[in-house]
Amino acid sequence: MTRPPVRYRIITASLLTVAAIYFLVPVYWLIVSATKNSADLFGTFGFWFSEHPHPIDHLVDVLTYDHGIYARWFANSVLYAGIGAVCATLLSGAAGYALAKFPFRGREAIFNAVLAGVLIPGTALALPLYFLFSSMGLSNTYWAVLIPSVVSPFGVYLCRIYAAAAVPDSLLEAARIDGAGEARIFGGLGLRLMTPALVTVFLFQFVHIWNNYFLPLVMLSDSDLYPIQLGLTSWTGYADRQPVLYQYTVGGAFLSVVPLMVLMTVLQRYWRTGLTEGSVKS
Amino acid sequence: MSRDTLSRAEPVTPKQRAPQRRQRRASRTEARNRRAAAGFVLPFLALFGLCFIAPIVYAVHQSLYKTERTGPLGLGGREHEAFAGLANYAHALSDDRFLTGFGRVLLFGAVQIPLMIVLATTLALLLESAGARGITFFRSAFFLPYGVPGVIASILWGFLYVPGISPLVKIADSIGWDVDFLSRGTVLWSIANIVTWQFTGYNMLVLIAQLKAVPGELYEAARIDGATAWQVARHIKLPLIRPALVLTCVFSIIGTLQLFAEPMVLRPLASSIDSGFTPNLHAYSEAFVGNNQHVAAAEAVLLALVACVLSFGFLRLVGGRAKERG
Repeated sequence: MTRPPVRYRIITASLLTVAAIYFLVPVYWLIVSATKNSADLFGTFGFWFSEHPHPIDHLVDVLTYDHGIYARWFANSVLYAGIGAVCATLLSGAAGYALAKFPFRGREAIFNAVLAGVLIPGTALALPLYFLFSSMGLSNTYWAVLIPSVVSPFGVYLCRIYAAAAVPDSLLEAARIDGAGEARIFGGLGLRLMTPALVTVFLFQFVHIWNNYFLPLVMLSDSDLYPIQLGLTSWTGYADRQPVLYQYTVGGAFLSVVPLMVLMTVLQRYWRTGLTEGSVKS
Repeated sequence: MSRDTLSRAEPVTPKQRAPQRRQRRASRTEARNRRAAAGFVLPFLALFGLCFIAPIVYAVHQSLYKTERTGPLGLGGREHEAFAGLANYAHALSDDRFLTGFGRVLLFGAVQIPLMIVLATTLALLLESAGARGITFFRSAFFLPYGVPGVIASILWGFLYVPGISPLVKIADSIGWDVDFLSRGTVLWSIANIVTWQFTGYNMLVLIAQLKAVPGELYEAARIDGATAWQVARHIKLPLIRPALVLTCVFSIIGTLQLFAEPMVLRPLASSIDSGFTPNLHAYSEAFVGNNQHVAAAEAVLLALVACVLSFGFLRLVGGRAKERG
């Protein structure tokens, strides 16, 4: 392969570097600022450390403030996103598998409804969902956030396309002749063959729930049930009166960003394969 | 993304010789199929019904009613629901702030989406070009912001915008540039920057996935024919990543209409953001501050309708053009 001229390579490298600076600077600011107290946040230059950085002390302050409410919010986020994404993955897997592998009347109608569901904006649904749930007495409970989180039309769409391509009919037929029940065939064979798609659905849904703000905002009023995002915005809301909350907000934001960014970087491969599945095949 | 490629039908039962046996077998298979399929689909369908269909039906119903009081002058007395026809829709559509909010997000989308897509495409093409070094590092760096939730991203950028804390404002001041990221005229574009920062890397990854699906011989052939890197990008890569471009545009349109977290978080910092800044913010304050469920329901329905019309319209538009070209 011929290498492109040096001029091209320099232009490419400098464009990429400028872009990298743009994307990384806010994260860099967050890391620097997590080591500062409120006075230094306002008093020192934002892109450099203060004279007395105390990263550990400040993060401990965040975790212990208000009887450890931050840890509780964190646990809530993990609960919503973890349980929600696992259930969503299993439900989508089963539905996508059935839509791909069993011909039955109404199948296309169901699939088209699911596709429409992909295109409906989530926040347009959240407000009506709140009215509905509060009339059923479900608002302001864990269920109010968990139940909507387990429904992923996009997951069903992805699983159907994947199952159609990756689960051979002959294999299912052979298992049936061997006398295996449909549930066992799905559990033993289907789920295993669909694993790459299921991982992608899990990741998408996990991030989607973790990042979701509007749904918990309308559903929850008890701060013990808040996920991190909602908790942090409640801190910024009081920061006018209690300036130390600026420092806690920055520390809390830092703590909440770290695990997700590690997850993103480590699992990048799965994002790519999943997206290929969704977009390229059509 | 056309409909018939999405819903691929499967050939099913293996063929049998004797017609009678086939019929009996077929009807038994069908019954068995239906039972098994129901077991797999119904759990999802029930929850889909509860969380997607029921709220829509309920919202449409709510939007057609209003709360009336039985007391004199409409004060006191017992509340009851009365049919209102399209009055709530009329109310929403005659509310200047709601309409301004719509105009604002449309303007936002018309500027931000093309900018972001061009940026994502450029980065994808650069990373996939032969001249790039350190691809893994750059790809991770660009994708990183997608792992930052919208609220956190807004808090972060909020600190970078607000005078007093922001090092950016400090730098601008020191070179004598008086900049206000949160004024009436600039705040919308400051929000556009947050959204661009968050989603460019994600869109870039979608485009890279499609670029990787292009067979390498195609590039090799073009290179042997003497095509420059720019010509390969313009005439081979761009047409081939069209489906992914369409996909990212549709999801961006839907996302833009829902704009909420960013203005909501920046509100305490910027007096220029009012409660009707975006349609979603307006519906939210109508429901929780104005305590007017019925108008809020009408606004949610309108929002969903506009999102559907725009995204389907966009799909039709690009689909139609593709057919004209053959």
